[in-house]
Amino acid sequence: MTKAGVGIVAAQRAHFSQPLALKGGSVLPAFDLVYETYGALNAAKSNAILVCHALSGNHHVAGCTADNLANIGWWDNIVGPGRPLDTDRFFVVGVNNLGGCHGSTGPASPNPATDKPWGADFPVVTVEDWVAAQARLADHLGIDAWAAVMGGSLGGMQALQWTLSFPDRIRHALVIAAAPKLSAENIAFNDVARQAILTDPDFHGGHFYEHGVRPLRGLRLARMLGHITYLSDDQMAEKFGRRLRAGAGSYGFDVEFEIESYLRYQGDKFAGVFDANTYLRMTKALDYFDPARDFDDDLVRALARARAKFLIIAFTTDWRFSPARSREIVHALVHNGQAVAYAEIDSAFGHDSFLMDEPHYHAVVDTYLQRIKL
Amino acid sequence: MSQALERVDFDLIASWVQPGERVLDLGCGDGSLLKRLIEERGAKGYGVELEGAEVLAAIANGINVIQGNLEQGLAGFDDGTFNHVVLSRTLQTVRHTERILGEMLRVGREAVVSFPNFAYWQNRLAVMGGRMPVSEDLPYEWFNTPNLRFFTLLDFEALCARMGLVIRERQVLDEAGRLVLEEPNFLGSLAVYRLGH
Repeated sequence: MTKAGVGIVAAQRAHFSQPLALKGGSVLPAFDLVYETYGALNAAKSNAILVCHALSGNHHVAGCTADNLANIGWWDNIVGPGRPLDTDRFFVVGVNNLGGCHGSTGPASPNPATDKPWGADFPVVTVEDWVAAQARLADHLGIDAWAAVMGGSLGGMQALQWTLSFPDRIRHALVIAAAPKLSAENIAFNDVARQAILTDPDFHGGHFYEHGVRPLRGLRLARMLGHITYLSDDQMAEKFGRRLRAGAGSYGFDVEFEIESYLRYQGDKFAGVFDANTYLRMTKALDYFDPARDFDDDLVRALARARAKFLIIAFTTDWRFSPARSREIVHALVHNGQAVAYAEIDSAFGHDSFLMDEPHYHAVVDTYLQRIKL
Repeated sequence: MSQALERVDFDLIASWVQPGERVLDLGCGDGSLLKRLIEERGAKGYGVELEGAEVLAAIANGINVIQGNLEQGLAGFDDGTFNHVVLSRTLQTVRHTERILGEMLRVGREAVVSFPNFAYWQNRLAVMGGRMPVSEDLPYEWFNTPNLRFFTLLDFEALCARMGLVIRERQVLDEAGRLVLEEPNFLGSLAVYRLGH
């Protein structure tokens, strides 16, 4: 782990009292967003970059927290002085999305109508809803237009949606390891993960908070499944192979292979800190994302209203959001005559590559951002 | 290759591009040609490049560069998207010659192709002397050349005829970058063609 580039950071909270109409039809009467910022907003307020998180991420993008110096942000390797998102030049914002479980209003927050946790009654939120909420945060920070919005995976979808929801409020979109919509296979994986949670007896239809339990088994299984899809076959073979743990060979069902041990560890770690209702909603947001849907499935027409310039990045071993999916976005933009650069990075780490400190990948992001005029 | 020659090659291509036209440069390298077409001719340019280091250099030049392998064709690019599709000094390195020419004229209304002429008199002389040619336009040794196809102006024009491609214009340069007007297949080191259907 690299040393936290921006040092100790503290989360901030913004309250929004204007109701937010959601794509699914319901209205959130008010909401909070928790966020962190790194670097300084310049006088012209033209140097702000929003970093959007993926399925399991949050607002703690970079730096470490005073209570735990080892609690380093999930994308710390790319944010900080001299790093691609150079905080000597840019004002970087990380935000926990609506429906999250790291401080922003979500299923575990009190429902003003009942004073009990929202639980299952918290609405299903979409990528469009997140972007609308993030725009409120931009207003709150006095940012008319982001110099860039950036994200990987589900975060990349938010960057793309920004160019469509608010074409005049984003100058560059960095869409990394993303896709214009999920494939049937992707939705299938998500649904198996959801079924693991929904069928856990401790789920209680989403109202587990009031029963004093958490659907840990379901959440753990969901994470184990997800984790398999974030890695590449080669990487798994290299990292774990068929190695057995010491003393294994019992012909039973305890942990024997290293890969089993790894997945169970990841599952337990995640289930200990994440909210099952949030996980359900994050995966649904992924499934529903499909900007071409309102345009007869024509991505070219769907993207025509974007005015931002694009950097699209994909990774060769990412089979969850493969390079072919990124190229769909690229070719639609080219068809429209929109500005786009596309890099396909050789990396062994599958979908998780976007979080890795791979020198060429970071050089691409760094070089692109250096050209942005403030 | 010499800077002087490169400029003459680019001069020709630049003179064929009208303001506002869309250009796709295949094997665009660091995007030098596109940068020039954008800055001098007001073109809207895109490039395709395979090598990561060149893609990075093109991004540094502010080019719309798309990383990809020409050998896999131009799948994903829609028909008739571009006014000109340029393949500069690259055709001789491509294995699927007919496919790439066909793809260029699918996605573009005009293909601009330049390549070294293997029948240039100095190349012929080298072979007569028993050695493979090394020149301004064929700057590699036989054992390290990226070139897969060795062909002449006459060979290329025969292929165009076979594929039903129309040669709209042909310019031929010698090793010093001067235009060759007579005996081009003998005196020309580099050929630049504009092709259409």
